[in-house]
Amino acid sequence: MNQLLQLHLQPAAYFVVAAFLLATGVFGLVHRRTLIGMLISGELIFAAASLNLMTVNRFFAPDPTVGQIFVLFIMGLAAAEVAIALSIVIAVYRNYSSIKTAELSHLKG
Amino acid sequence: MSPTAPLPLAAATPFPGADYLIPALFLIFVATTVGGALLAVWAARIIRSVCGLALAALGLAGLYYFLNSPFLALMELLIYVGAVCVTIVFAVMLAEAEEPASEEKRSRSVLWTLAAALVAATVFWTAARLGVLGDWPTPAVSTRDWSVQAIGVSLLTTYSMAFEVISLVLLVAILGALAIARTGRHQA
Repeated sequence: MNQLLQLHLQPAAYFVVAAFLLATGVFGLVHRRTLIGMLISGELIFAAASLNLMTVNRFFAPDPTVGQIFVLFIMGLAAAEVAIALSIVIAVYRNYSSIKTAELSHLKG
Repeated sequence: MSPTAPLPLAAATPFPGADYLIPALFLIFVATTVGGALLAVWAARIIRSVCGLALAALGLAGLYYFLNSPFLALMELLIYVGAVCVTIVFAVMLAEAEEPASEEKRSRSVLWTLAAALVAATVFWTAARLGVLGDWPTPAVSTRDWSVQAIGVSLLTTYSMAFEVISLVLLVAILGALAIARTGRHQA
């Protein structure tokens, strides 16, 4: 009971949440059938990595600013990635009139 | 009673259930993150999936707050909920992103979902096992400087190069997005 009350002070709790986010992201990447759905799953994987880094930073790292700045940069890269990916999605939609992953192929087979 | 005497009530009994307040808050944030992630990958309509991502970002912001970093909690809300989700919503409006009803055979679709779930479960089990059973050093008592001021100072000194590079990356990303989305516009 006491351990349950101290759950927010244990790194394992955060690690399990991060592992869950990673697993849902991988599941979404396989399961989704549109480009935007896959992009959202990719964002979940980014979030998992950020949470993991912040956990290690909070509990084990000697310098607390390193992890925060690293996660800040991950967020910046994720934002850049979303901008690029969405412009690609729009370009693809213009060419194919669809963003379903199954239909985006010129070659048959 | 002299006016300087401390209030006896506040000293004797704190708010009832105050010990449970922080763990309950933590569990709420964890539930928000987990539920948002599940909604993001499971919802049939893409717009609900974007809402799930926003919900997961909200829960993550709370978890960052628990990890001693209110700065990152704010940034998570600003960047993910404020920028990323809104941008995705714009793209959904521009390209009809409705997930189609599966034209494949029903049984085959279920099979693929099961396979994906199996892979995800394996990933979760392995990563969670590493996190729980891993040989981590004992957590040290935190006496270090977690303030926003420390982050700002190190951004302008130790990590100034990375700071400049990330701004360059964002600039190039915006220009690239413009260039990619522009081509073909006059032909269509």
